[in-house]
Amino acid sequence: MPRYIATRLLSAVAMALLASLVVFLISALVPGDPVLAQLGDIQASNPQTVLEWRAKWGLDLPLWERYGIFLKGLAHGDLGISIATRRPVLDDIVQYAPATVELATIAFLLAIGVGIPLGIAAAVWRDSWVDSLARAISLLGVSAPTFWLAFIMLAIFYGWLGWAPGPGRMDPIAFPPEGPTGLFLIDAALAGDWEAWWDAAAHLILPAVVLAAATIGLITRTTRAAMLDALGQDFVRVARAKGLRARVIVLRHALPNALVPVVTLGGLAYANLLAGAVMTETVFSWPGLGRYTFRSAAALDFPAIMGITLVVSATYLLVNLLVDLSYGLLDPRVRR
Amino acid sequence: MTGSGLPVLEVENLQTVFLTDAGAVRAVDGVSFTIGPGETLGLVGESGSGKSVTALSLMRLLEEPARIIGGSVRFQGCDVLEMSGEELRDWRGDRAAMVFQDPMTGLNPVIRILRQVTEHMVSHGRQTPAKAKLRAVDLLRRMGVAAPERAAASFPYQFSGGMRQRVMLAIGVANDPALLIADEPTTALDVTIQAQILDLMRGLNQEFGTAIVLISHDLGVIGTVCRRVAVMYAGEIVEEAETAAVLTDPRHPYAWALVNAVPRLDSPAGTRLVSIEGGPPSALDPPPGCRFAARCPFKLARCETDHPPLMEVAPGRRARCWVTMDGTPLPPPPVAAEAAFRTPAPEERPLLEGHDLVKHFPLSRLGFFGKRPVVHAVNGVDLRLRRGEALGIVGESGCGKSTLARLVTRLHAPTSGTLRFDGQDITHFTAAEMRPLRPRMGMVFQDPYASLNPRMTVGDALAEPLLAHGRAATRAEARGRVLELMATVGLKPEWAQRFPHEFSGGQRQRVSIARSLALEPDLVVADEPVSALDVNVQAQVLNLMLDLRERLGLSYLFIAHDLAVVRAFCDRVAVMYLGRIVEEGPAQELFARPLHPYTVALTSAVPEPGRERVVLAGEPPSTLSLPEGCAFRARCPVAQPVCAEVRPPLAEVAPGRLAACHFPGAFSV
Amino acid sequence: MVAMPATRPRWRRRLRRYGPAWVGSAIVLAWILVALFAPLIAPYPPQAQDIVNRLTPPSADHWLGTDVLGRDVLSRLIFGARLSLLAGFSVVLLGAAIGVTVGIIAAWARGFVDEALMRFTDLVLCFPPIILALAIAAALGIGSTNTILAMLVVWWPKFARLARALALVQRSQEYVEAATVLGLKPVRILGRHILPNTLGPLAVLITLDLGNAILTFAGLSFLGLGVVPPTAEWGSMVAEGRELVEQWWVATFPGLAILTVVVGFNFLGDGLRDWLDPRTRGR
Repeated sequence: MPRYIATRLLSAVAMALLASLVVFLISALVPGDPVLAQLGDIQASNPQTVLEWRAKWGLDLPLWERYGIFLKGLAHGDLGISIATRRPVLDDIVQYAPATVELATIAFLLAIGVGIPLGIAAAVWRDSWVDSLARAISLLGVSAPTFWLAFIMLAIFYGWLGWAPGPGRMDPIAFPPEGPTGLFLIDAALAGDWEAWWDAAAHLILPAVVLAAATIGLITRTTRAAMLDALGQDFVRVARAKGLRARVIVLRHALPNALVPVVTLGGLAYANLLAGAVMTETVFSWPGLGRYTFRSAAALDFPAIMGITLVVSATYLLVNLLVDLSYGLLDPRVRR
Repeated sequence: MTGSGLPVLEVENLQTVFLTDAGAVRAVDGVSFTIGPGETLGLVGESGSGKSVTALSLMRLLEEPARIIGGSVRFQGCDVLEMSGEELRDWRGDRAAMVFQDPMTGLNPVIRILRQVTEHMVSHGRQTPAKAKLRAVDLLRRMGVAAPERAAASFPYQFSGGMRQRVMLAIGVANDPALLIADEPTTALDVTIQAQILDLMRGLNQEFGTAIVLISHDLGVIGTVCRRVAVMYAGEIVEEAETAAVLTDPRHPYAWALVNAVPRLDSPAGTRLVSIEGGPPSALDPPPGCRFAARCPFKLARCETDHPPLMEVAPGRRARCWVTMDGTPLPPPPVAAEAAFRTPAPEERPLLEGHDLVKHFPLSRLGFFGKRPVVHAVNGVDLRLRRGEALGIVGESGCGKSTLARLVTRLHAPTSGTLRFDGQDITHFTAAEMRPLRPRMGMVFQDPYASLNPRMTVGDALAEPLLAHGRAATRAEARGRVLELMATVGLKPEWAQRFPHEFSGGQRQRVSIARSLALEPDLVVADEPVSALDVNVQAQVLNLMLDLRERLGLSYLFIAHDLAVVRAFCDRVAVMYLGRIVEEGPAQELFARPLHPYTVALTSAVPEPGRERVVLAGEPPSTLSLPEGCAFRARCPVAQPVCAEVRPPLAEVAPGRLAACHFPGAFSV
Repeated sequence: MVAMPATRPRWRRRLRRYGPAWVGSAIVLAWILVALFAPLIAPYPPQAQDIVNRLTPPSADHWLGTDVLGRDVLSRLIFGARLSLLAGFSVVLLGAAIGVTVGIIAAWARGFVDEALMRFTDLVLCFPPIILALAIAAALGIGSTNTILAMLVVWWPKFARLARALALVQRSQEYVEAATVLGLKPVRILGRHILPNTLGPLAVLITLDLGNAILTFAGLSFLGLGVVPPTAEWGSMVAEGRELVEQWWVATFPGLAILTVVVGFNFLGDGLRDWLDPRTRGR
């Protein structure tokens, strides 16, 4: 087993590096010019300024040399300097990541907490009103554009009803909790600052619901389909012939057999939530990686984009590995 | 709790329907029977006759769109159909238990065996968890599961089908039920394993006095366990009597057809099987008279109009038939003229010749640097098939017979050995080199559902090879030949426009046979061509293949697990075990006087009445690593030390008889 | 004789089974017609500004109100359908064409070619799609063609995976073996036996995916990458209205438009799947 994990980790690192190479090649070969994006038309019309600027950022070097520099930096944990913020990319990522991780995790918990029970209920009471409700929720969840849902939620619950706080992670006049993790809920709890905790929690609700919407839909659907499949298996009929209670049949016999596809999707969904945060964070002015990504892309800040790609694809691959390993726990046939 | 004197089960006019778009399909239509304590009853019939639905109705395990709409089921006096959900749950798995057909899917793959055997003992309050555990191990031991403690701690995937069915039986009898319903419990198993399970069921009945309802399509299987049998046709019981009586003297024409459609190991060779044409009537709108009338060879005028009741035709036996109502037996089946087997000229160059054929399948690596496990499917087979001859290959699942079929047709490339077709060495032919030879070898597959492209009409499927090989230039030109082919196999010409799903299994197998004949082959390789079919349809298809053989002078390589079928069809038979031929010889002689202990066991395991049985212990070894010496020795009743050291070669023991055994003929029943 | 229970009314079961598929087809067809005949249906030109009447709420003149520049929201919505549907169809159909080609080649060639193609597919799949699309779209520059190109890059792999899996399943089917024994050429087996039997699941994925593609395209437009400003596009319309909570109509209606199209494709895809599934077809 350790050898298997080691091989998988190595191949994940290789894949992440390849991914960064792809982004690097895109950055080098496509027509978009960061000089124009950074300097603006007037400064860019002066060839001298442009040349100096290019030299400063190493854009005058040959392609392979630039990638070599990137790799050398990477070996020292250095992802380069962001063209837009003029700060080390790694520092930027470390600064913005916690906000996104906090948001994505809450959204993920929400999605599985709602999606799995709803999917089970829909399968057990097939063709009933519960099933119809689950279908409607999952359909709207996967069909509503995230950015629009964010707008509607803000408009209704903040703008119109005033039940929810506005955009951002905290009230603008409040002091964010100091702490080691950067996750406000945990830092506030560690500091015992419950006022800040409530403030952070209240600010999390709307964006988390919006971000979770599509995932709830997907998980509900998958759980329902997998449960229907499991409930149709022969061993469920055997369990019924044994005279077991419906609760036991559903939860102890059918559910464990339905979990593999759900976990697969769940792993993918968590990684996708990190990425899907781009739109939610933009609307909710959430100071996270999503907004950073968007700003970097708009500014053609390729060092930043490469760094983000590296981090996000590494997370992706890691989550995939965890999902694969969890199969062994769920299904004895894989454990061999 | 012992319902002294009370019958265990009284079924009265049971009616179950499937509610479909087209209307209510009467799957079970007025079934009545009674089972006393410790009695055994078999339910027999073809697929769709309503026997399984009856079983599920008894346990109220049906799901929408099926519904019980009438009658009563009384268990020790209580009406099961009136029980509340709670009462039903308390009763099921406690006083009455059920075992299903497919042991591979009946056990929950993610739950350990122990919990699956104990959970209902605990939930019904029969045992404490600790006691249940002891009892479970004890039950597993009693069911013949090797190393029961270790087995209890395992997951189902680690077991073979036979072992799983033992576990299923342990689950069934865990609470000492008064009634055990078994729905085709051995259909998915090999014949030697089937014999073990049937023995076990008989033992349960004798030791614990458990009443048994055994559902099967095979009268022979029922005959080994059940004293009485009820024959079902189109949702009704058409005959009920002692099993032995039905087997020798059936009083309903359908039972008569059923009994005589089955080839038997001891019937005269080369006889045609009795097959009745047509299929069961629509269950949506059954005919007003006898439901069997349309297919009945003995029908009277009133059969078309009057629906016969189940009448007492002899003491203790009832039949639903106007013909036999006065107690007259049905005539014995017509003795067909013996099929004229052509004796092939022995000196002739064999059509197909294999020498030391080997096929190994490497599996994917275990881990990154792990070893690559290898499935040893075929391990050195010599084979000669002469023109006009029918060679049968028999063996249990996993013995390599299907791989052998795919080797000789070069769907697979042999790992080693040589293969000649009509003198030409085709061992290493590429797909392109094989193509010109393809028209000369046809193949019929096992599964009539999977072997036809669902999106092609039957006419197109038959025309395709003709067009591809330039036997017909245009679709119109091919059409004539297609209709000819369809007529050859007994399909109506207007069916050419139909898609495979519009046909029954037997009809599809006819299409498949027609396709294999389209290019006028010399050799037809048939891989279990009738094993997916009901016995009557099986008889129809076998008769058709016999006819074609005579008319077209075909050579057959006929692969099957059913010994009687092979005997009915083949001149010569080779018995395979673990990828090798262990015995070979003329069909009649081989089955009459088997030489290899495995063949002895195999023939004795065939569930035919009056057959002396040797129940073979154990199961075939894994194909992942071949044992040293004789592969059969671990199960062999006459094994000696030498068998573990030297692998016996296939040698001529008597004229025309070959056996791979150090002590041929030493073991007999 | 026992009374036969009444089956549930047939129309109710039919409605449950086929209703969504019909609603889906109706929605999709309606939007396609709207897109085709946009100039005939739209009450105003989509770019026509009317600064005096900016941000007017829905009224008889402007059914869905006007935006910041006084443009008619309904007209922009109608014209926006063109771009959204065009983007959705081109991304999914081209992506499917590329993916299926790659997948079938991989399944057929096996060995090294299979390994190489699938590793490459995995490589693309290990990017979160929206981030990669974002990076590419940003690099190529703003514009609908560039955005479609960027989406194509991330879109084809799932079709490659599915097509390969389907083709592998088909390869081992007995009727493919039967075709081989009959001596048919590989091209014929592929074209007449394997491909027709993989089209069903592909059609389902394509239909369901059209909704996805439209959503993603709208999302990229919302971020400002999809279209050059005056062009009417649903995602960018929501972006223009996202600060206008009081003037809710500016952002709400384009979002509803996206929602209905995606719901339509989802219904249609689900219906198609049920219809193709032999297990549910008979009942």
